[in-house]
Amino acid sequence: MYREQLLKKFNPALDNILYILHELQDNNPEHYLAKEDIRVCADYLEVPYSYVHSVASFYTMFSLKPRGRYIIRLCDSPPCHLMGSQSLLDYLKKALKVNVGETTQDKMFTLELTSCLGVCGVAPAMMINEEMFGNLTPAAVDSILDKRRKEL
Amino acid sequence: MNLVRNHVLISIDAGTIMAGARAVEKTLVNEIASQGLTDEISVLETGSVGATGQGVILVVYPEGVYYGNVTPQDIPELVEEHLLKGRPLKRLILSEVPRQHVIKKEKTGLLKEQPRIVLKNSGIINPENIDEYIAANGYEAIAKALTTMTPDEVIEETKKSGLVGRGGAAFTTGIKWDFARKAAGDIKYIVCNADEGEPGTFKDRLILEGDPHKLIEGMLIAGYAVGASKGFVYIRGEYALSIERLEKAIGQARQYGLLGDNILEGPFSFDITVMKGAGAYVCGEETALIESLEGKRGHPRNKPPYPVTEGLWAKPTVVNNVETLANVPDIILHGALWFRGYGTEKCTGTKVFTIIGNVATPGLIEVEMGTTLRDIIYEYAGGIKDGKQFKCALVGGAAGAFLGPDMLDVKMDFVNLKEYAAVLGSGAILVMDEDVDMLDMLKSVLHFFRHESCGHCVPCRLGTAQLVKIIDRVSASKGKKDDIDKLIKIAQVMQATSFCPLGQSLNLPISSSLKYFGDEIRSRVR
Repeated sequence: MYREQLLKKFNPALDNILYILHELQDNNPEHYLAKEDIRVCADYLEVPYSYVHSVASFYTMFSLKPRGRYIIRLCDSPPCHLMGSQSLLDYLKKALKVNVGETTQDKMFTLELTSCLGVCGVAPAMMINEEMFGNLTPAAVDSILDKRRKEL
Repeated sequence: MNLVRNHVLISIDAGTIMAGARAVEKTLVNEIASQGLTDEISVLETGSVGATGQGVILVVYPEGVYYGNVTPQDIPELVEEHLLKGRPLKRLILSEVPRQHVIKKEKTGLLKEQPRIVLKNSGIINPENIDEYIAANGYEAIAKALTTMTPDEVIEETKKSGLVGRGGAAFTTGIKWDFARKAAGDIKYIVCNADEGEPGTFKDRLILEGDPHKLIEGMLIAGYAVGASKGFVYIRGEYALSIERLEKAIGQARQYGLLGDNILEGPFSFDITVMKGAGAYVCGEETALIESLEGKRGHPRNKPPYPVTEGLWAKPTVVNNVETLANVPDIILHGALWFRGYGTEKCTGTKVFTIIGNVATPGLIEVEMGTTLRDIIYEYAGGIKDGKQFKCALVGGAAGAFLGPDMLDVKMDFVNLKEYAAVLGSGAILVMDEDVDMLDMLKSVLHFFRHESCGHCVPCRLGTAQLVKIIDRVSASKGKKDDIDKLIKIAQVMQATSFCPLGQSLNLPISSSLKYFGDEIRSRVR
């Protein structure tokens, strides 16, 4: 029922679809757009389910698979690549024991790649949920991950 | 306003927040209070000062001392020494800081003074306070336009200034406005493209975070000129702080009657809505952006018709980049002639560059059009890091060209670079030193494009996939003899046949990297 409450914040106009999908995803406990999210959005905007699915699948910030509590988005654009993002990616995969797009077994972390985050002055960089991190090294990544593990 | 002895500006942008600016700010305010200085010292938030990678940055006025890499632990000492005893704390002073305002050419280094138009207020005023923008001559240009100029005069002035689009396409802004003004229809729109996704570019983010009212004023003027009463700012979803600051600024402008109905009690009405993107590089293309605004997949449209005649919801629409619109208030306020005093004859004004990669002091600078690449790298960004040699620079983002040492003295502006088959693009300059593996860099560029290809047209969808397959093979030392020639061929076909600039522009990084480093790259295939 919480979904209907969320929808009320927006006019049922098609140009609000990205806002609505952001809102539904942010409030989904598994940080993704479940079938139910897409269905309520489609009903609210009076468009077919397939239409909402096609929009949701186009944009990289939306996930159609359940994700962890923390979504790690490592930048792999050329500026970060130049400053060593590839070795960080290898390190993150090993530390989390997942591939890109996968979630750790304890449902803590999901590893994703992102395009340029616009903080190239401190490359290599990544985002965890809404927070940005720069000048990354394996040691810095370790402490960032540890801090989040301990928060629980 | 109370009379205060010192102002401490703390730069709050995505970079400094990451370095812990909020904690430093809190400690600073508490420390000032515990020393009983609250009435004498004012702490103000501001946007980026232009330096990046220098941690948390504070500027103390009236002295104008820049501190970098400040931590909460430094605060008691800093307050005691500088704010209580009046002795600047030497160990934290930033020697390399961008100076602003006036053009003076004698200085070198990041200290070199920059002619700032777009970034005039960034790092100086509090972006969350409309009064500070107004105190810095803010909203005077729209007042001047509404009370003393006709829309045609505004367009004429903009045309005369020579202002061209700063997003990369470099189309003359005044002409675009004129097309939209003359297009048939009562309802017209101004759309600001803030979907900054070109790798290595963060100029629009710093304008949005540092001086959002300037963008609002630019859009108001554009709206008046074109005859639009509605504007949209499409910001990429990753720019959380930009969205927050702009929304706050819009709210304040509405309260002051600078947005909404009957602005300045005249007949002109205009309002702005912020739209949040969701991660798609292709939405930086203007028609894809319009599709996304309408609530669709961000696929580019066929052109013509161009947005100036049939754009958002098929109405005449002007799509301008953030930096372009941020130039407009000063052009209207000071006149086209004043603006033409900056830059070159063919390419007027300033350009904001983001200079990053293997340079000593990466950051953001605003310099005159026509400044050489050598000046930008060696005079503003401190040269190559660790005293290494310059190998090349990728100029204009991932869709740009690799420029070798022979291009160091080429003037950087839209017109001139075109003659060298290069582009200025969004103004991103990624510098590479002698140790960089060019095949690896090219691979990174191609992977970027494969990920960002929207899948709408066949040449780009299949071309990017094939390019990645080939370069991965070469990179793994399993390349075939004709693989490099295949890269060239595919890129040429994509340039000729792709639907939008995304697929068309890939030929540039491929051909330019092979032009300079053909031997190095070809040596990787048997």
